[in-house]
Amino acid sequence: MTQPTQEEELLAQQALAEAAVTESSEIISGLSQGQIVRKRFFGHTGALIGLAVFALIFLLAFTSVGAFGIPGWWKYNHVDVSPLVNDGVPTSSFWPLAWGEHPFGQDRIGRDLFAMTMRGAQQSITVMVLIGAIAGAVGAIVGGLAGYFRGWVEAILMRLTDVIIIIPLLLLAAVVGQIANRRDQGSWLTGFAANNGVVILGVFLGFVSWVGLARLVRGEFLTLREREFVDAARISGASNARIIFKHILPNAVGVLIVNVTLTMSAAILLETALSYLGLGVKAPDTSLGLLVAQNQEAFATRPWLFWFPGLFIILICLSINFIGDGLRDAFDPRQKKFKAKTAVETTRHSSATAPVAEASKGS
Amino acid sequence: MVTYIVRRLVTAAFILLGASFLVYLLTALSGDPLEELRTSSAPNRQALMDARINLLDLDTPAPLRYFKWLGGAAQCLVPFGNACNLGKNISGQPITEALGFALVQTLTLVTGATILAILIGISLGIVTALRQYSALDYGVTFMAFLFFSLPIFWVAVLLKEFGAIGFNDFLRNPEIPPAVALGIGAVLGIIAAVVVGGAVKRRLIVGGSVFAAVSLILFYFSLTQWFRNPGLGPVIIAIMGTGIAFGITILVSGLKNRKALQSSLIVAGIGVIAYFAVQPLLNDATGLMIFLLAIAAVLVGVAVGYFMGGYDRGQSMRAAGITAFLVGGLIIVDRFMQAWPSYFNNSRVRGRPIATIGAGTPNIQGDFWIMSTDTLTHLILPTIALILVSLASYTRFTRSSMLEIMNMDYIRTARAKGLSERSVIMGHAFRNALIPIATIVAFDIGALIGGAVITETVFSVRGMGFLFIDGLLHTDPNPVMGVFLCVAITAMVFNLIADLAYSALDPRVRIKA
Repeated sequence: MTQPTQEEELLAQQALAEAAVTESSEIISGLSQGQIVRKRFFGHTGALIGLAVFALIFLLAFTSVGAFGIPGWWKYNHVDVSPLVNDGVPTSSFWPLAWGEHPFGQDRIGRDLFAMTMRGAQQSITVMVLIGAIAGAVGAIVGGLAGYFRGWVEAILMRLTDVIIIIPLLLLAAVVGQIANRRDQGSWLTGFAANNGVVILGVFLGFVSWVGLARLVRGEFLTLREREFVDAARISGASNARIIFKHILPNAVGVLIVNVTLTMSAAILLETALSYLGLGVKAPDTSLGLLVAQNQEAFATRPWLFWFPGLFIILICLSINFIGDGLRDAFDPRQKKFKAKTAVETTRHSSATAPVAEASKGS
Repeated sequence: MVTYIVRRLVTAAFILLGASFLVYLLTALSGDPLEELRTSSAPNRQALMDARINLLDLDTPAPLRYFKWLGGAAQCLVPFGNACNLGKNISGQPITEALGFALVQTLTLVTGATILAILIGISLGIVTALRQYSALDYGVTFMAFLFFSLPIFWVAVLLKEFGAIGFNDFLRNPEIPPAVALGIGAVLGIIAAVVVGGAVKRRLIVGGSVFAAVSLILFYFSLTQWFRNPGLGPVIIAIMGTGIAFGITILVSGLKNRKALQSSLIVAGIGVIAYFAVQPLLNDATGLMIFLLAIAAVLVGVAVGYFMGGYDRGQSMRAAGITAFLVGGLIIVDRFMQAWPSYFNNSRVRGRPIATIGAGTPNIQGDFWIMSTDTLTHLILPTIALILVSLASYTRFTRSSMLEIMNMDYIRTARAKGLSERSVIMGHAFRNALIPIATIVAFDIGALIGGAVITETVFSVRGMGFLFIDGLLHTDPNPVMGVFLCVAITAMVFNLIADLAYSALDPRVRIKA
C-alpha cells in the first residue's frame, strides 16, 4: 500500500508544482489526491453552477410528482385531466412573482404541463443515470480486463468492442429501444416492464453505450500496468485482483468518472431523441423527448407546450456538461486551473505549459 | 504498408460479419412483423399474413435467414456481376434500388452542412485559441457547450417556426422597422467589437462603424424591397471582390507581398469584366457548366499569379486562385438572386419560398436556376440545424489542438527568428494543428451517412435514416441491414484513411506493419 500512495503524492506534487505557477497561495504538500480533486472541482465556477442547477432539477423532478410510489407535493400528475384555466396559458409570472394553478400551462385536453414535464425529467434522469452506471461498470470491467491481462482476453474483448463500435450508436440504440419496448403476451419481461418500462430502456441502452469507455479504460490500464508501483506490488505477492482494484483502478478512476459524465450528457440527448422518434419511452408514460414530439404541431397555438420540455432537456444536458468539464479539469493533473486573470498574466510572461485535453469532447 | 492495409481489411471483414449478424438478430428480435395484420379487420387477413410470411421468409428462423441474406449480399462483391441482392423490403421493393435513392438524398442533405460546419468550427477554434481567456473565448466556449446540449429535433422545430414560417411572412411585406434595423445593427456591432479585440478605442471604432454600416444597409434594403428583388450587380461585386482580394492576401501572404496583392486585385478586376461576359452563358447553365467555370476561374487566377511572379511565385498563385474562386462564387450568387423573383412568384411556390419539409417542391418546373433555388430553399433549414449541433465539437477540438501547438518550442523558435505573427500562425501553427483535426474530420465523414437520422425525420427527407427507422418500425431486417452495410463500410474505410493520413501527415507516427 505504500507504493501507490507515494505514486499519488508524486502525481499530486507534480500537479501542484505546475499549478503553483498560477497559484502561489495554494499549500503544496499534505493533501491527498481526493482532496486535491475536490479542491480543484470546487474552484471551477461553471461546474459549481452546473451542479447546483442539476441538483435543483433533480429535487424538483423527484419530489414534485412523487416517485417510487411515494406521493409528491404537487397536486396534479401527468395523466390527470383538469378543467382548462384561461385556455391553458401558463399562470406563472415573474412580475409579480407568482406560481399559480398551472405554472407551465395545460395541454389541449387539460393535463398539467408542470406535472408532465416533471415526470418526463424524472424518466430522462433515470435513463441517464442507468446508462451512465451500466456503461461505466461494463466499460471499466471489459477495458480493465483487456488492458491488464493482455493476450487472448484482450483479443476477444477488443474484437467484441470493435464489432459494437462500428454500428452507429443512434442506430444501435434505436434497435435495442425497440426491443425494450416489445410487449409480447406472456413474455417474462412484460409484467415488470408494464410498470418500469423506462428502467428496461435504460438498462438496454446502457449495454450498448459502454464501448467507448472500454477503449479509454484499456488504454489507461495499458500504461499503468507498466509502472513501477505495479511491479513492486506484484513482487510483494499481491494477487491480480488486489493489483487491479487497489493499485491500478484508483489511478484510472479519473478517466472513468470524467467520461462517464460525458456519456451521461450524451445519454440524455440519446434518450430524448429516441423518444422523439417513437422508439424510446412511449405513451401513456412520458418523457421530455416524447413531450416535444407530441406538441411540435401545436407550436402556433400553444407554444409553451413545446418550450418547457425542451428547456429542461437543455438545462439538464448543459449542467451535466459543465460538471463533466469541471471534473476533467480537476482530475487532469497537467491542467492549469481555469483562472482568467493569472492565466493571462502567465501566458504573457512566458507561454507556459497549457495543453488543454479536450479531445474527448468530440466523441 | 501494404501488409498493414491488407491486415486491416481482413480484420474489418470479420468485424463486419460479426456486427451484421448482431444487427440482423437484434432487428428480427425487436418486434413482430405481423402485428399490424393481426389486429387488422380486413376480410383477407389470412391471405395478407401468408403473403407477408412468404415475402419476408418468416418460417425460417432468424439466424438461418441471416445466412440466406448473406448469400445474396456476398454476390455484391463480384465486380460487374449485377447480381447484387440485398433482399426486398416489406412492400416488395428491392433494397439496392431503395438504397440508391436514399443515399443521394442523404448526401445532398449532409455534404454542405458538414463542409460548412468544419470550416466555421475550425475558424472559430483558431480565433478563440489565439484570443485565449478573452470575452470572445468565454462567449464561444459557452455557446459551444450550449450547442452541444441542444436536442436537434427541438432546434429544428424552432427553425421551422421562425426561419421558414416567420421569414416567409416577412417576405410578404419586406419592410424592416427602423427600430429593428438599429437593433440588429447594435447587436452585430457589439459582436464585431468583441471579435476584433485589442484596445478599447479600436473596439469602439470597429463596433461603431459596423453598427452604422449594418443599420444603413438594412434601411436601404427595406426601402428598395431588396429581399423581394435581391441582387448584387457589378458595383457591389467590385467592392466585395476588392475586399476578398485584400482579405485573402492578408491570410495567404501578408500585405507586404505586393505582387500577391496586385495579382489578387487584378483577378478581382477580371471577375467584374467576366460578370458581363458570362451572363448570356449562365442563362442556360447546367451543373457541369458551373463546375467547369469554377475550374476555369481558379486556373485564370493561378495563371495571373504565375505571370505576376515576384520573389515568391507560389504565394501569388495561391492568393489569386482563391480570390478568383470566391469572386466567381459571387457571380453565381448574383445569378441565383436574379432568378429569385421568378422562383418567388412560381405557381408552385406561391410566395412562400423557405420550405419546412421534403427535399423539393413537388411538380415544380423551370430552368436550372429555378430548380437549384428550389433545392437550396429546402436544404437551408436542415443545414442550419446540422451545423448548429456539429459546430461545437470542431470548435473545441481545434481550440485545444491549436493551444497545444502554440506552446510548442518550434513556435517560440519561429517567433525568435523574427517571423511575422501571420506566418507564425498560418505557416507553423495552423498547419500542424490541422493534423489531429484531419483525423477527426475523416471519422466524421465516415459517420456522416448514418448520422442524420433525426434531422431526416424532422424535415421528412427520405434518406438513409428514414429507410432505417421505417424498416425497424416494421421489423423488417432487410432495409435495416442495407443501411447498416453502407454506414459500417464507409465508417471502416474512413477510419483506415484517418489512420493512414495521420501517419502520412505526422512523420512521428509510424504504422507498425
